[in-house]
Amino acid sequence: MRAKVHEPIDFGHALRDALVTGVLTLLVLGPVTNLVLDGYAITAELLRGPLIVNGIGLALVVALGRFVVAVGVQTPAGRDLLTRFGQKGAHGVTVETAADNDWHRVLRPLVIGGALSLLLLVLSRFGLMDVQRAAALVLIVLFVVLGQGLGSLRRRGQSSPWRILVPLLFVAGLVLPLLFNAWGLFPKTWIGNLILALIYVLLGLGLNIVVGLAGLLDLGFVAFYAVGAYFLALGAQYFGIGFWTALLCAPILAACCGAVLGFPVLRMHGDYLAIVTLGFGEIIRLILNNWLEVTGGPNGAPAPGPSLFGLEFGRVARGEGNTPFHEFFGLEYSADYKFLFIYLVLFVVVAAMIRFITRLRAMPMGRAWEALREDEIACRSLGINHVVVKLTAFMMGAMTGGIAGVFFATYQGFVNPTSFNFFESVLILAIVVLGGMGSTLGVIIAALVLTLLPEVLRDFADYRVLLFGALMVLMMIWRPRGLIRPKRPAFAPKGA
Amino acid sequence: MSSSRPALLTVEGLTMRFGGIVANNDVNFTVDQGSITALIGPNGAGKTTVFNCVTGFYKATEGRIRLQTEAGEVEVGELLTRPVLGGSYLVARAGIARTFQNIRLFKEMTAVENLLVAQHQRLNRNLLAGTFDSAGFRAAEDEGIERAFHWLRVMNLLDDANKLAGSLPYGRQRRLEIARAMCTGPRLVCLDEPAAGLNPSETEELSELIRRLRGEHGVTVLLIEHDMGLVMGISEHIVVLDHGEVIADGGPAHIRSSPAVIAAYLGTETTEVTP
Ligand SMILES: Nc1ncnc2c1ncn2[C@@H]1O[C@H](COP(=O)(O)OP(=O)(O)O)[C@@H](O)[C@H]1O
Ligand SMILES: [Mg+2]
Repeated sequence: MRAKVHEPIDFGHALRDALVTGVLTLLVLGPVTNLVLDGYAITAELLRGPLIVNGIGLALVVALGRFVVAVGVQTPAGRDLLTRFGQKGAHGVTVETAADNDWHRVLRPLVIGGALSLLLLVLSRFGLMDVQRAAALVLIVLFVVLGQGLGSLRRRGQSSPWRILVPLLFVAGLVLPLLFNAWGLFPKTWIGNLILALIYVLLGLGLNIVVGLAGLLDLGFVAFYAVGAYFLALGAQYFGIGFWTALLCAPILAACCGAVLGFPVLRMHGDYLAIVTLGFGEIIRLILNNWLEVTGGPNGAPAPGPSLFGLEFGRVARGEGNTPFHEFFGLEYSADYKFLFIYLVLFVVVAAMIRFITRLRAMPMGRAWEALREDEIACRSLGINHVVVKLTAFMMGAMTGGIAGVFFATYQGFVNPTSFNFFESVLILAIVVLGGMGSTLGVIIAALVLTLLPEVLRDFADYRVLLFGALMVLMMIWRPRGLIRPKRPAFAPKGA
Repeated sequence: MSSSRPALLTVEGLTMRFGGIVANNDVNFTVDQGSITALIGPNGAGKTTVFNCVTGFYKATEGRIRLQTEAGEVEVGELLTRPVLGGSYLVARAGIARTFQNIRLFKEMTAVENLLVAQHQRLNRNLLAGTFDSAGFRAAEDEGIERAFHWLRVMNLLDDANKLAGSLPYGRQRRLEIARAMCTGPRLVCLDEPAAGLNPSETEELSELIRRLRGEHGVTVLLIEHDMGLVMGISEHIVVLDHGEVIADGGPAHIRSSPAVIAAYLGTETTEVTP
């Protein structure tokens, strides 16, 4: 494919491009950032720091970047990359081939993941990176690779290496956090960060069913998250239910809420549906905020922590005759145990959910969702009851959101309505859109990136929303269909 | 028209109004069991509207559309107006499958997946069985895949089994849409301009396929078509619509010599040119 004759690189053109971009950036950003209002006079501060608020500096960076890109695309490697992006074509959807389950294909993410983990560990060994950060990133890489394994279906009559690898990765994902914690590499803050990240993975997976697979734009998904969280908090307060009961019942309740909302609105389409769901999300939040006697209003409500076969993780047992976890095992008290336990349970639940959703896509129900997204009228002409199919998608999504809510409540130990505002719905939607509509792996990666990036780049935490917006714009330009497009499964008749 | 075969579909006094527009006015015709019946007429005559009423996408303003099924007679309007659960999908389940004038495939799914979606009602939809990939689930799924490949074979689409429906050439998309309709196991299949946009050799292949659908697969065919060669060649019963009304009804020979039909067609000279 690569052209034999290398055309010379046109540096002049690249320079011109870079200059134009730089000047444009300067014109746009310069006045905003470098003119400072001082009393009644405006003064030009040319060397204003930090870099991110200095238009001149930014213009230089942008110009340099443009130059590098302009030269880069003229090199053979760059040209290759461009054609490869171009070839994905209008649809960008591909069908899987028999080679997809070859060892070397499967091993690629594993090798990349392993290499990345090693790199991180080496970096931290030489003090170039925070050890705890590196340890957490290793766990994340592990999770992504596991997600890929859980998200791939075995072709009928073919053996897949994932059959062996997935259990290994799963066990590693359970054991490593314990080891890391014991070695002091995995402190409470990072456990908390990872718990939140996995909660967002769960939320992303749930909304992905509704938006990505069934194609129903739901702007109020956070409502089901709130239902799950408040079910645990209020259930404990009024009925004395615990974490495990809530984990079993909250998804059912959330699914019922999904059905109650869904039944009247699912005859609507597109924008109308989006507005109604947006309203529903706000209604739930307003109820939580204003029904003081029951929900505690803006002050929120406490939520109980988890228990392990009746053993609590608090410093002292709350109920009579209960022993705290650390006393039972003769350990020193540490708040880490509770969070580690939540993390491990969440890890198992998310893994199971990924598997479940992956299976769904290979089942008539999942196919019907995707067909509905493609063409509702055609679905009806094939005898598919579109309202029921939409309703199942809505309920499955709500159920997943409810589970995420329970984990959120037990992790925070406390819930209040501010955790369930509209921005939260937008963030979850962004996870689905950035990840690639309908792609499980894409959603996992996007959820991890969007929730953990601010933690990893602590220095940029103030610019979180800015980065977030920039990321969105860039993605919409380069990958409008999201990070990863799911592959279509291939089929063969029995005889073949 | 007056054959000894029993009627599969009976349309009586069908009238469809959109506000002031009368798209169909008192349309009556029957489709006999095992026949190939054609619905022809100039553009805008109301043919697609008849199809939409028959397949339950429109609720006819007036009239009755009755289908004979194994379980007795069903009336399309009644299926649509059933409380809560009524809808056009019930018409499809009663045994009327259709294709669309402007193809409506699931473009970002493969050909086989398109055919599997069409078999939704026949597959194992138990969530637990599917999640744990039980033997029963797998058997049903395998059967579905076999059936999908069977229809791909019939429609000469085997090479395209694992290609995205939207990436297929136009003619193949048309055939895939017919295969998809057949996968629902219909008694009556309604084809809306199946030869539109096909070249002569593809049209020839299509007419052979439609003949085989009726002959070998025992399905009754109702089709709308502008290609007179195709219509006259394969159908034994032709209904001609003009301005929403039936102006002629009978065998090919009768239609060819009908003055009303000739007038309707000569009045609009460009009707034979399909888009
Ligand atoms: N949904 C609709 N709303 C309003 N008018 C319609 C609708 N569908 C069809 N019509 C009108 O009914 C008439 C017949 O249309 P159609 O059945 O598509 O014709 P044909 O398929 O014979 O070319 C046209 O005048 C068209 O404008
Ligand atoms: Mg038409």
